[in-house]
Amino acid sequence: MSGYLLNRLGQALFVLWAAFTISFVLLQAMPGDAILIKFQNPELGLNPQQIADIRASYAADSAIWVQYIQTIGRFLTGNFGYSVQVGVPVSTMLAAHLPATLKLASLGFLLAAIFAAVIAFVSSLTPFVWIRGALQSVPSLFISIPTFWLGIMLIQIFSFRLKLVPVINPGPWQELILPVITLAVPISAPLAQVLVRNIDDVLTSPFVAVARAKGATRQWVLWRHVAKNALLPTLTIAGVLFGELIAGAVVTETVFGLNGIGGLTGRAVGSQDAAVLQAIVVFSALAFVIINLIVDLLFPVLDPRLRTKAGATA
Amino acid sequence: MSASSVPHPPVLEVENLSIAYHDGIAHRRVVHDVSFRIDPGEVVALVGESGSGKTTTAQSIIGLLHANGRIDGGSIRLNGTDISRWSDRQLDTVRGAKISLIPQDPASSLNPVKTIGAQVGEILRIHGAASGRDLDARVISLLERVGLSEPALRARQYPHELSGGMRQRVLIAIAVALKPQLIIADEPTSALDVTVQKRILDLIDELRTEYGTSVLLVTHDLGVAADRADRLVVLQGGRVQEAGATKVVLAAPRSAYARQLLADAPSFSAVARKAPATAREKPLASGDDVIIVDGLVQDFTRTDGNGKSFRAVNDLSFRVRRGTTHAIVGESGSGKTTTIRAIVGFQKPTAGRIEIDGTDLSTLRGETLRQFRRKIQLVYQNPYGSLDPRQTVFEIVAEPLLNFGSLARPAREEKVRAILSRVGLPEPALDRRPHALSGGQRQRVAIARALVLDPDVVVLDEAVSALDVTVQARILDLLDELQRDLGLTYLFVSHDLAVVRQISDTVSVLKDGREVDGGAVEDVFERPGSDYTRELINAIPGQKRAALV
Repeated sequence: MSGYLLNRLGQALFVLWAAFTISFVLLQAMPGDAILIKFQNPELGLNPQQIADIRASYAADSAIWVQYIQTIGRFLTGNFGYSVQVGVPVSTMLAAHLPATLKLASLGFLLAAIFAAVIAFVSSLTPFVWIRGALQSVPSLFISIPTFWLGIMLIQIFSFRLKLVPVINPGPWQELILPVITLAVPISAPLAQVLVRNIDDVLTSPFVAVARAKGATRQWVLWRHVAKNALLPTLTIAGVLFGELIAGAVVTETVFGLNGIGGLTGRAVGSQDAAVLQAIVVFSALAFVIINLIVDLLFPVLDPRLRTKAGATA
Repeated sequence: MSASSVPHPPVLEVENLSIAYHDGIAHRRVVHDVSFRIDPGEVVALVGESGSGKTTTAQSIIGLLHANGRIDGGSIRLNGTDISRWSDRQLDTVRGAKISLIPQDPASSLNPVKTIGAQVGEILRIHGAASGRDLDARVISLLERVGLSEPALRARQYPHELSGGMRQRVLIAIAVALKPQLIIADEPTSALDVTVQKRILDLIDELRTEYGTSVLLVTHDLGVAADRADRLVVLQGGRVQEAGATKVVLAAPRSAYARQLLADAPSFSAVARKAPATAREKPLASGDDVIIVDGLVQDFTRTDGNGKSFRAVNDLSFRVRRGTTHAIVGESGSGKTTTIRAIVGFQKPTAGRIEIDGTDLSTLRGETLRQFRRKIQLVYQNPYGSLDPRQTVFEIVAEPLLNFGSLARPAREEKVRAILSRVGLPEPALDRRPHALSGGQRQRVAIARALVLDPDVVVLDEAVSALDVTVQARILDLLDELQRDLGLTYLFVSHDLAVVRQISDTVSVLKDGREVDGGAVEDVFERPGSDYTRELINAIPGQKRAALV
């Protein structure tokens, strides 16, 4: 067990390092840079000598590998550098924007899981074929809806037409309702598809027939035999979907004007603020790695077949 | 075993039962006017090959037909009450309590994420028969009753921690928990080793006698049916071909189909086929040794981290003469598969020497090893998994020729056609894909693919185990004929001693990686040198009939 844990930790560290390095190289390869964008502005009236001094103060012109080593060293000590555009420590910016995104992402994921479970279990339990067919076509519909369009449509319908959710000065929870739905819909689709498929597979297993032969009702079999077996493979997908969640947050926060990491990313890309982007990439990778590590560690807890043990096998 | 003339009413009466499946377009009838009855305490066997409707019939009795199946007509009377039109809710009160099921495959018939105790206890809880501490005690006594050691420990274990035989005992414990009137045993032992099979069938017999339960035994194995059933119902194509007391049907079958089944069942025909098998003109004396295995040892490192290695094959030696058949016999875990993987060069032995047609395998590497594979070809057990579903029969058989690309296209085509007609496949089959072929036809394709390179040795890994007896008999005939005509040497790996006795000249009996018996088939079967071989031979089903005839 400890060997397994060490192995997974090593993989996690490697993923973090790789994400850091790839994003560093890509950000360096971009034409132009944040310093030029900000200080070459004619309104500031800086002469080339002054710009060169500023560049030197950011060490922007030293060799790429020197910058790489320096940046890694800073990141390891928790210093993410300064935003060129705003001139504020990146860590302060992250701390300011993180809570909104955390709330949005976790509620979005929760709602997506609820959507998926309702679709999958209701469609498996219903005695009516048409309900089953209708419910099972919902995921492909959900997955083909573009997030930005869904967001705009929800605002149009619920805020402007029906006036159910205020757009002007909403409460802290009210402002989350529509973004959470927007984020949850595309995430719920693959979850629901995998879950429906798994439930169907498990329902054909011989042990389900044995349970029915014991006299168990359909509901009994679904909850006590099928649910856990069908949820296990879905857990893997859930870990992978976290990436979707981050991507979805960028669009959703932009559409709804939320002040989260997604919005920050959008602005940092616009101004090529490499320090901010670098920190966001590493931060997302860290979150992704932690989520998947938790999923991996959860598997042996939920599935007895994955526990290594020294019990009798005779 | 039972008296059918007692005044008790029958437990089950099936009358003119017809069942159809919806295949997406229309309902297709698969069971036609099937009638039979089961008296209290009686064992009735539904015998038939795949597609005969035996499992469908059994499923309909316990109300577990697939969603696309429906009962078209007839009645299923349990204690005089017709349950064939009952709703699921009504049937739930009968299932488990009055009728229970022993399923086919113990490996997948237990929920992998629930403990054994929870799964046995479930049937008691569903029917409100026990709860709390009483429930735990009942579960443990049931597990003890079906012969599991350390029942309290077993109750806390998960299915994957138990062997196949132990799992089947657990399923039997579930089936007898509420002392039902009828147990449906659907191929209860076909996934188990032969010695385990015998013990499980003995257990079912014992519990049946103790509780006075009737058993509907669904099986493709006429030997098992002959040993265990009071009466036989022989099904073919969804129709009853013959029904009657076991002794009568076996001694004087009236229908042509029953006669065919009896003739093809290896457990019955072994003795009958014996004479021609020995009289067969084989170049026994003249042949040289094509396969020489000398002191083969194969170790595997365990992956569970304690670093200890596991010896799968231990000091195995045998020789096979050209043009003969050598059988490797053993139960699961005996090292059969490991041995043949070493012989075809898929893995390097830990120690020992393997020589094929004068070539020492250990000297071969890379390209020379690849070229060597022409000489020795494999036919696998499962004809459903060993053929690429997206290739046509022609492509499948031509592929080895392409891999050793020495022939021009017209010559290649000619060769493939010739070999396919040689194995008895009709010309139109060439352009079909595997899913359009029957199991027997698929195995013919697999044999053709093995023979297309003109090998010296063909390794048949359980090559007929997955086939119905009548199909199996035809494939065995084909193998025999090919051996005589082409001078092939067979290495025949099997767990089925009846088949081995029929077709092989020499045999190695393996247990835990060691050879416990070996030599000419006659000697080993007539004068087995080890207790294990004796046990294997005694476990062959169908001996009651052999004694009878």
